Amino acid sequence: MSARLRARLTPYALLLPGGLWLLIFFVVPLVAMLSLSLQQGDIVNGYTMTWHWQTYVDGVRQYHEQIIRSVVYGAVSTVLQLGIGYPVAYWIAFHGGRRKSAYLFLLLLPFFVSFVLRTIAWQFFLSDNGILLGPLKDIGLVTQDFHILARSAAVIGGLTYNYLPFMVLPLYVALERVDPGVVEAAHDLYASRVQAFLRVVLPLSLPGVFAGVLITFVPASSDYVNASILGGPQNSMIGNVIQNQYLINQTYPTAAALSFTLMAILLVGIFLYARALGTEDVLEAAAR
Amino acid sequence: MTTIASPRHGASPASAPGGGGRRRRPLRGRLLTIYTWLVIVWLCLPIAVMILFGFNDTRGRYNNTWQGFTFKWYGRLFQIQDLTNAMRNSLVIALLTMVVAGGIGTMVGLALGRYRFRGAGATNLMMFAAISSPEIVMGASLLSLFVTLSVPLGFVTILIAHVMFSVSFVAVTVRARVMTLDPALEEAARDLGAGTWATFWYVTFPMIFPGVLAGGLLAFALSIDDFVITSFNAGGTTTFPLWIWGATKVGLPPQVNVMGTLIFAGGVVLAIGTAMAGRRRS
Amino acid sequence: MHEHIDPALLRGLTHRRASRRDLFLLLGAAGAGLALSACEIQGKKAPSSKQGDVRKYWAGKQKNGHVDFANWPLYMDPKHPELKKFTAATGISVRYKEVIRDNAPWFAKIQPRLAAGKSIGYDLMVVTNGIEFSELVELGYLAPLDHTQLPNFTKYAAKKFKQETFDPGNVFSVPWASGMTGIGYNPQYVKAPPTAIADLWDPKYKGKVGMMSDSQELGNFGMLVNGVKPEASGPADWTNAAAKLKDQRDKGIVRKYYEQDYIKPLTSGDVWLTMAWSGDIFQQNVSEGTNLRFVLPEEGATIWTDNMMIPKTAVNPVDAIMLMDFFYDPRNAASLAEYINYVTPVPSTRDIIRSDAAQASGDDKKSLEQVADSSLVFPSEADYARLHSYRPFENSQEKQQYQSVFLPLVQS
Repeated sequence: MSARLRARLTPYALLLPGGLWLLIFFVVPLVAMLSLSLQQGDIVNGYTMTWHWQTYVDGVRQYHEQIIRSVVYGAVSTVLQLGIGYPVAYWIAFHGGRRKSAYLFLLLLPFFVSFVLRTIAWQFFLSDNGILLGPLKDIGLVTQDFHILARSAAVIGGLTYNYLPFMVLPLYVALERVDPGVVEAAHDLYASRVQAFLRVVLPLSLPGVFAGVLITFVPASSDYVNASILGGPQNSMIGNVIQNQYLINQTYPTAAALSFTLMAILLVGIFLYARALGTEDVLEAAAR
Repeated sequence: MTTIASPRHGASPASAPGGGGRRRRPLRGRLLTIYTWLVIVWLCLPIAVMILFGFNDTRGRYNNTWQGFTFKWYGRLFQIQDLTNAMRNSLVIALLTMVVAGGIGTMVGLALGRYRFRGAGATNLMMFAAISSPEIVMGASLLSLFVTLSVPLGFVTILIAHVMFSVSFVAVTVRARVMTLDPALEEAARDLGAGTWATFWYVTFPMIFPGVLAGGLLAFALSIDDFVITSFNAGGTTTFPLWIWGATKVGLPPQVNVMGTLIFAGGVVLAIGTAMAGRRRS
Repeated sequence: MHEHIDPALLRGLTHRRASRRDLFLLLGAAGAGLALSACEIQGKKAPSSKQGDVRKYWAGKQKNGHVDFANWPLYMDPKHPELKKFTAATGISVRYKEVIRDNAPWFAKIQPRLAAGKSIGYDLMVVTNGIEFSELVELGYLAPLDHTQLPNFTKYAAKKFKQETFDPGNVFSVPWASGMTGIGYNPQYVKAPPTAIADLWDPKYKGKVGMMSDSQELGNFGMLVNGVKPEASGPADWTNAAAKLKDQRDKGIVRKYYEQDYIKPLTSGDVWLTMAWSGDIFQQNVSEGTNLRFVLPEEGATIWTDNMMIPKTAVNPVDAIMLMDFFYDPRNAASLAEYINYVTPVPSTRDIIRSDAAQASGDDKKSLEQVADSSLVFPSEADYARLHSYRPFENSQEKQQYQSVFLPLVQS
């Protein structure tokens, strides 16, 4: 084989195992799921392909409450994370000094504990007569039937907590790149601190905001662990429904249809969002 | 008479780092510092609770109320057979994922970072999609595939799923590293007569090794903590996060807290170790 | 880490391709369509079982010396005295795991393995008479029982338990215990003891009421509170019941829909009153020293039977059927009933428990006498009149219709 040909084929050879793996176990399953969503039947009598698009309509009609709720919870927790995380990222980037990486490390510390365990620790902490509420009830500061769990606040709080580092890291990366000289220049041009921030730092950090929102909103709105552990029947998200349908009810067509609908909604959201900030940013995020 | 800092004045107080007088800046700066530390404390609160209740001298079935300090659970760590099995499954799967995903992910990262070829765009897109896809969709679609093909769920399907979602992370990490490399070094090696394999093994690989290691560790971390995708594809096999999920209904035994603490401590030590090693090298 | 994309690459990715590509796209879509329709899944319905099948199944099966037993929590003394006795008598070791928390999740867990003809890891399991049991039978996942190996059952089981409608002739199952679903509550927080299912709708318990996630349990309570007998209900009754349950949920009264895990929140105070199973409350009080109470509501309560059965792919079926029969020896049945406080299928245990009480003293004597006289363990005919079973289904359409009415309530 000539060296030229070998050089041409090398990238494909390198790509083959990984690419094939992803093709078979990521792309093909999506096709399988689409196919399943159009079938009808049950475990006992089997499923037949009937191109039953009605399943999608029925699914959305029956669970539109959960779908909307998931998007809302995801959006609210993302905004909260932006609000909570931005000052932290700012502080570490501008005032972190030599110990920047140490602070980032502290931020990532929760990730060394299993996701499920973290959420259960919160459930334990917030339980009706637990560490936080028990003493408050004993003093009488709060009524006996007061509960934080099984409320939307608990679920949103859980989502905000669990995905906060995902928001802070891109923000930090973007803020860290801002040359402090530029900020000083702004001050030299008579800008106040607030003005310097709003008109210089903030716009420069927007790619970080974009990336942070992207990698936070998607997992947050499709999460079901927080809703299951911290929430009640009125806080169930579309992820809970999908999980129930797949793993307990085994109503595969509806489950697959809902899963596809969720993915479609999120994809549309991402592309609209990318359009608003320019397509290049989507691919830049991809390239990173 | 107090002068209000006006833009007309020459050496405006705003330009000096002191701000509007020496007194104001420290407070505002301090406020932000306090805020950041509050957030960090908030982030670490459940970890503290988890670690603390691993020392709880609980007598009944539930680890709910503090009953005294004890080390005994550290001695009885492997008392619950199912939990130990689940932990072992998690570790084995994570190690295998690290090796397999690390291997094929590195290859993909090399291909994408170094070469220009048709299909690179599509591959990049597929990677991006795999990284940003919601976990539940990935898990559910994989389950749909297995159900359609009547593949029995278990250890193997979990491994397949874990490698699937780790590959892209490894590839992206390695690609980032590869793109920072100077191709001149490899050219020099080849000019000196080294064959393709020798060039790779003695020149390229050591240079990309930090990226490969980072990617592998990332794959390990992702795999050992994965819950959503695993719960869809596990069948009868249990992993550590799955066992915890199932056990919350009857009450978590203190051994779970202890295991969580040990993993946490191990991860911290590892992270500090790699950071210090990196600093020493540079 | 910030790389710029080669503008040429960017251009290549975003500009419109030649029309030949469109043709390929079309062909690809058509191919995909064909592929999608090829992904059908076969039905797994099994032919109905005949007498010859019993002989065929048990031919050549031998005792292996070990049995894996899957059961619900709170169905045996945690020290497993009966199992130890079994091992001492037969030499068969028993691995007892309380892995079944509700029928639907258990069925969903074992169905794929059974469909693939693989062992589920257990030789003996306990499933309630309901939708999942009938599906197990329909799909042919259960081993037909060889009654020649069940002498104790034949001799000691009550006639009532040999004539169950869900498994006439006990082809696939023999009862483990029967139980009732009523209301469990924590008197520490609930001052006025609840007496009716309607109390679970009381707004003063907002966010503190537990309901069950099992569609048949939930549906029964929904119908009973509307004054409808579940056994004779129709789709209109189901819709009304679902509306009433939805109202309860929308008002925020329901804290959560539980499987068997209601017992911990009831103890810790997360929930003040909940749908509960009769023996659980009693056992919780004994083992954890709590003071929970159980009440059969005045509108009526549900009675169900949990049954032992052997999955078809069991590795040790002979050992399993020996264990099954062991629990029909009145002495062992009595020992079990004394602890778990559920309805036992062996009526002669009552006398054994009475004689145990006579020989005991103090607290033990009192609690044993309570068990012997308890209508929760030995219900009378009058008690049975107030109890209702699940709605039986004629065919899978009815079943699906029922599920589609009640399952959406518990999606959480």
